[in-house]
Amino acid sequence: MTDDKDVLRDVWFGRIPTCFTLYQDEITEREAEPYYLLLPRVSYLTLVTDKVKKHFQKVMRQEDVSEIWFEYEGTPLKWHYPIGLLFDLLASSSPLPWNITVHFKSFPEKDLLHCPSKDVIEAHFMSCMKEADALKHKSQVINEMQKKDHKQLWMGLQNDRFDQFWAINRKLMEYPAEENGFRYIPFRIYQTTTERPFIQKLFRPVAADGQLHTLGDLLREVCPSAVAPEGIDGEKKNQVMIHGIEPMLETPLQWLSEHLSYPDNFLHISIIPQPTD
Amino acid sequence: MPNSVLWAVDLFGRVYTLSTAGQYWEPCKDGQLEFKRVSSATQCCWGIACDNQVYVYVCASDVPIRRREEAYENQRWNPMGGFCEKLLLSDRWPWSDVSGLQHRPLDGVALPSPHWEWESDWYVDENFGGEPTEKGGWTYAIDFPATYTRDKKWNSCVRRRKWIRYRRYKSRDAWAKIPSKDDPKQLPDPFNDLSVGGWEITEEPTGRLSVWAVSLQGKVWYREDVSHSNPEGSSWSLMDTPGEVVQISCGPHDLLWATLWEGQALVREGINRNNPTGSCWSVVEPPGSENGIMHVSVGVGVVWAVTKDRKVWFRRGVNSHNPCGTSWIEMVGEMMMVNVGLNEQVWGISCEDRAIYFRQGVTPSELSGKTWKAIVAARECDRSYSGSSSSLLSAGCFFGDEVRGSGESAPSDTDASSEVERPGPGQPLPVESLENPRNLKESLASGPGASRTTEDATENACPSTCGPGLASTPAELPWTNIDLKEPKKVPNHLTAGFPETTGLSSLGHHQLGLEEPYGADDHPLWAWVSGGGCTVEACSMPKWFTVQSGLSPLVQTLSLSIMPAQTAAWRKQIFQQLTERTKRELENFRHYEQAVEQSVWVKTGTLQWWCDWKPHKWVDVRVALEQFTGHDGTRDSILFIYYVVHGEKKYIHVFLNEVTVLVPVLSEGKHSFALYTPERTRQRWPVRLTAATNQDMNDWLALLSLSCCESRKVHGRPSPQAIWSVTCNGDIFVSEPSEDLEAQEHLLPCDQMFWRQMGGHLRMVEANSRGVVWGLGYDHTAWVYTGGYGGGCFQGLASSTSNIYTQSDMKCVYIYENQRWNPVTGYTSRGLPTDRYMWSDATGLQECTKASTKPPSLQWTWVSDWFVDFSVPGGTDPEGWQYASDFPASYHGYKTMKDFVRRRCWARKCVLVTSGPWLEVAPIALRDVSIIPESPDTDRNGSSIALWAVSDKGDVLCRLGVSALNPAGSSWLHVGTDQPFISVSIGACYQVWAIARDGSAFYRGSVSPSRPAGDCWYHIPSPPKQRLKQVSVGQTSVYALDENGNLWYRQGITPSYPQGSSWEHVSNNVCRVSVGPLDQVWVIANKVQGSHSLSRGTVCHRTGVQPHEPKGQGWDYGIGGGWDHISVRANATRAPRGTTRNQEPNTCQETHSPACC
Repeated sequence: MTDDKDVLRDVWFGRIPTCFTLYQDEITEREAEPYYLLLPRVSYLTLVTDKVKKHFQKVMRQEDVSEIWFEYEGTPLKWHYPIGLLFDLLASSSPLPWNITVHFKSFPEKDLLHCPSKDVIEAHFMSCMKEADALKHKSQVINEMQKKDHKQLWMGLQNDRFDQFWAINRKLMEYPAEENGFRYIPFRIYQTTTERPFIQKLFRPVAADGQLHTLGDLLREVCPSAVAPEGIDGEKKNQVMIHGIEPMLETPLQWLSEHLSYPDNFLHISIIPQPTD
Repeated sequence: MPNSVLWAVDLFGRVYTLSTAGQYWEPCKDGQLEFKRVSSATQCCWGIACDNQVYVYVCASDVPIRRREEAYENQRWNPMGGFCEKLLLSDRWPWSDVSGLQHRPLDGVALPSPHWEWESDWYVDENFGGEPTEKGGWTYAIDFPATYTRDKKWNSCVRRRKWIRYRRYKSRDAWAKIPSKDDPKQLPDPFNDLSVGGWEITEEPTGRLSVWAVSLQGKVWYREDVSHSNPEGSSWSLMDTPGEVVQISCGPHDLLWATLWEGQALVREGINRNNPTGSCWSVVEPPGSENGIMHVSVGVGVVWAVTKDRKVWFRRGVNSHNPCGTSWIEMVGEMMMVNVGLNEQVWGISCEDRAIYFRQGVTPSELSGKTWKAIVAARECDRSYSGSSSSLLSAGCFFGDEVRGSGESAPSDTDASSEVERPGPGQPLPVESLENPRNLKESLASGPGASRTTEDATENACPSTCGPGLASTPAELPWTNIDLKEPKKVPNHLTAGFPETTGLSSLGHHQLGLEEPYGADDHPLWAWVSGGGCTVEACSMPKWFTVQSGLSPLVQTLSLSIMPAQTAAWRKQIFQQLTERTKRELENFRHYEQAVEQSVWVKTGTLQWWCDWKPHKWVDVRVALEQFTGHDGTRDSILFIYYVVHGEKKYIHVFLNEVTVLVPVLSEGKHSFALYTPERTRQRWPVRLTAATNQDMNDWLALLSLSCCESRKVHGRPSPQAIWSVTCNGDIFVSEPSEDLEAQEHLLPCDQMFWRQMGGHLRMVEANSRGVVWGLGYDHTAWVYTGGYGGGCFQGLASSTSNIYTQSDMKCVYIYENQRWNPVTGYTSRGLPTDRYMWSDATGLQECTKASTKPPSLQWTWVSDWFVDFSVPGGTDPEGWQYASDFPASYHGYKTMKDFVRRRCWARKCVLVTSGPWLEVAPIALRDVSIIPESPDTDRNGSSIALWAVSDKGDVLCRLGVSALNPAGSSWLHVGTDQPFISVSIGACYQVWAIARDGSAFYRGSVSPSRPAGDCWYHIPSPPKQRLKQVSVGQTSVYALDENGNLWYRQGITPSYPQGSSWEHVSNNVCRVSVGPLDQVWVIANKVQGSHSLSRGTVCHRTGVQPHEPKGQGWDYGIGGGWDHISVRANATRAPRGTTRNQEPNTCQETHSPACC
């Protein structure tokens, strides 16, 4: 790999091998086989699991089927988080494939949003995009786009069309030549150890003195505990993970934002405890 | 954009330069002298030193400044001794100049000053009008003066020959004293001020400058004959002035202002190319009667002034027709002096802190700019205590592993240390931290409304009449204020804590080198600044305005060496981890089903199509691009074009895997492109489509081209063997040669070659098989290929992330003003009814007025106004007119009785800005370049790659240090010639051939890796009655092209006689030839007839070229219609012998020459 463009491709085509099993208490007419699927890391659970739904509905009575939801080791999976983020945050240290339990009953109202149709996912996705562009360009780029461009972004994600998506998305990744980056970096930092869903603050890619901010600068500023002086033994306590990899803390934030953002244009950063093997 | 420098003098008279690419003031290379004034141009700087003598500093360059001295040896025949030096009494001198009137013995020709040296001894010029005389250079005539011929005839009574000797200017990068001995009586007093300008007045002679000086007595002097080849000029001429002048400023063009002792300004009128010193003076009154003008500085169309109360003024309404302007506007800020540089950019030295300020926001539409911005760059000598990070920088290990390593291990440490050091007074102060009331005022007035009020107020205050009482202003010496005077120091919060220093006395220590590491003030104090050689453009602001701290990746200088970001550990780690992640998460699970199935994807749109039937016109069409993804992930695409003819819906379709090239055609104000397949290439009839907007066209082009490249699996950087070509619009195309392209038999027809576009704009590209690729722009700028791809309209995925840079090109558009003479009114713009348009193109067929003529395409924008072009062939009169007996005829530059019509050429510059994988090779502009072709079996990996070039001025150059890792090379080696050259080519065995401006060829002897420039030129006459214009040398073959489109093969070349014996005609109808390392011959044919239309500029491949038949047999036609240039010199891939391919019938159309119509 020699070109940064290849990073975009690798990020887009990231797949998580997943094994879906029906929750044991669901009532079925015959035994439900597990269902194996390669889930795109950058997509959303409810957007890519039509096949799963169809598979399990076949063995269930119509009246037992209500809104589908997913759970991993007791944690309901938020469909409005990208799949890759959910995996990194909850399951990155467990062996593959990722075992997800499928539920059709007892929707956890306080944990999950309802997802009655794909329009809801689209609305969520587009609002994230708009928020990201508000941070990056004061919404100037996204507002100048035509309706069909917005549609192409969404269709690109929905149909897993890398070219189609990036033909438009590259405009969102540009910045004026006289600046050294975006206005603010759209990012969210997730931790399993806190109640707070995520940290999101205003953070510029370039310091006042012209120095490029790095991932380390960001974490020290907004989430010092993640990179806090390590334990007495000097071991790292936490992993800082994006798309299943741990970029070095010296990585410039602007570069990360341009190359490792999810399609919603946010850098979703997981802080997870260092696995103790 | 090449780097240029700002010149400045500090309070101690030390001269510094600041490069647009740098961040530190560097002391002038020749630092012995102290100066009080400098005035710079691009190629040199003039100054007045503290000894009141004038000096010129000529910047070093790889091309020497050389001048030819000539002398003629004259002889007369007498029956006794044949030709001898005994002449008749009435004859000329035996040794004379060309006219014969002046005695000129060889040993009497002396160097004009100690700054020159002889290049070699005198030698006889054997070249006579492009032909070697072969008789010791003698030319014969009946008598002096008469027409001389090469051959001795029965009546040749006299003969003469020319001796030549070159001298070189040797004092480069050094201050050369201008001898003031010329006339001691005329120059009783020392000089006080000096200004250089006038380089835009005329282009003849090259590098001509106007140098004006003012003496202490207030007299104005003009230096005669200053030009590139005579940097010192010849003598001082005294100009009359109406009063005592104290200061003078000469702009790049025809503006010249001076200030009088009494405070008024003097404006020179009547400066033009025929009279660069102008004709008379006008007086401009100062803005207010109390405060006279102390200092002026002028640009092309602007005048800035400083009055005695330090206020800065901008003169409105100044232009060539009205050099005096209309009124003064007061600007914010108080300055000691201001200086207008290139592009009307302005620098000033502030009264408050003696810092140099740059006027930000000066644009053609807003010449007065927006705000003053301080240049905070430190001097190099201050760097020693400006922190560890920058000392690493200065140690030159910025790109080294050590620095990065330390950054990785302790990033917080680096940050902290620079934090600590920054507030120290050793650092220049950021603008914001100056508690400067001016800055406050500035920021308050920065709103557009606010500045308008200031403007109005000053306009009202500006007195329309100024009484003669001005002369009685207090007799303060106005100019001494600018000189060495204790600066007014403004306390600011950063220095306030330190003991007060007393200007000169404490600073005196610095002069002695006793610089205290934490001195109270080492922000440089400036006395003078000159921006006449400094190009600052809004798109690439120098990094002078922020304090740069060590390790910022933004401090990269453009260089082809690998950038730190490219090799940074964090990047490597991301690449590596992504690969590992893919392996971990996918390797064992490939049999899993994909969540999202790939489907057919369609992009539709509305375009216009140039219809296939007559009458051809643009018709609206719906288009759809359908992409199918196969199970193996491969994709196929079809482009459908739906149209309606006679109410019937129809469509045509194109398989994108058959498309050979997509060409943007930005003409007629349309955003169109052409799409070729092999069949359409043969028909000379592409599918032409037009989009409504530029954006729309770029989207379609990028998408279609991505699909084509995908279906042909062409991706990334072109291979080193790639074939490059350029269209007449400057678009660059590259093709991957298949093995069959140069096969002995069954070769691949060249209409099947796939061409993809590279970003950028060039006139020609030359390549060699080790990946070294050079290009030349229309403005002769040299560019080197960076290894990237994409750029221009190929953005996003179609472009590499790095190695894409902004590229600009410039050319002129020419129109002609035609006039006819009539007995009543003389020449008028009223022609005969049969005449051409009174404003037309060169042919006279097309009407072209100044107002209606547009830039060549939508990519170009005008950057100048119309100006008369005096450099047309045939010469012009002083107003640019050329005369002839009638249209169209041959024109000459003087009027005779028989001339009834005249014309003059007007030019206007336009500029194109795009991007592409190219980096400029500054500073020498080139008109031709050639890189040694290498076959893969030659192993020259150790040695550098031979590259020869011809500069735009005709100098032959040889590039040193070119390698695959450093394709730009390091420096030029100048190869002396007796006349300007136009073309050069180097063959695989270091045979260098070149074409001189007189149309004859030259062979350079003894060129080898150890002797890259060879030893001498061998003159080779051109084919009879033809003037050659281009040469191309392959492995052994030498082909040359003449001005009438004939292609010639050099016969009789053997290793022992590399010059060959004669030229053999190969073909006509050729505009460009490229011979490759396999001796393959490719040309651009002028006209080729297809089944549908004619195409000009077609790529053709010579077929049947064999070792025993190097001239080949026929032509195979490839892509065409507007192609200008091709280079096959990198392609050394030959099909392995004995391979058989299914031969398709009709693949090679062989004819004897490209069909001429």
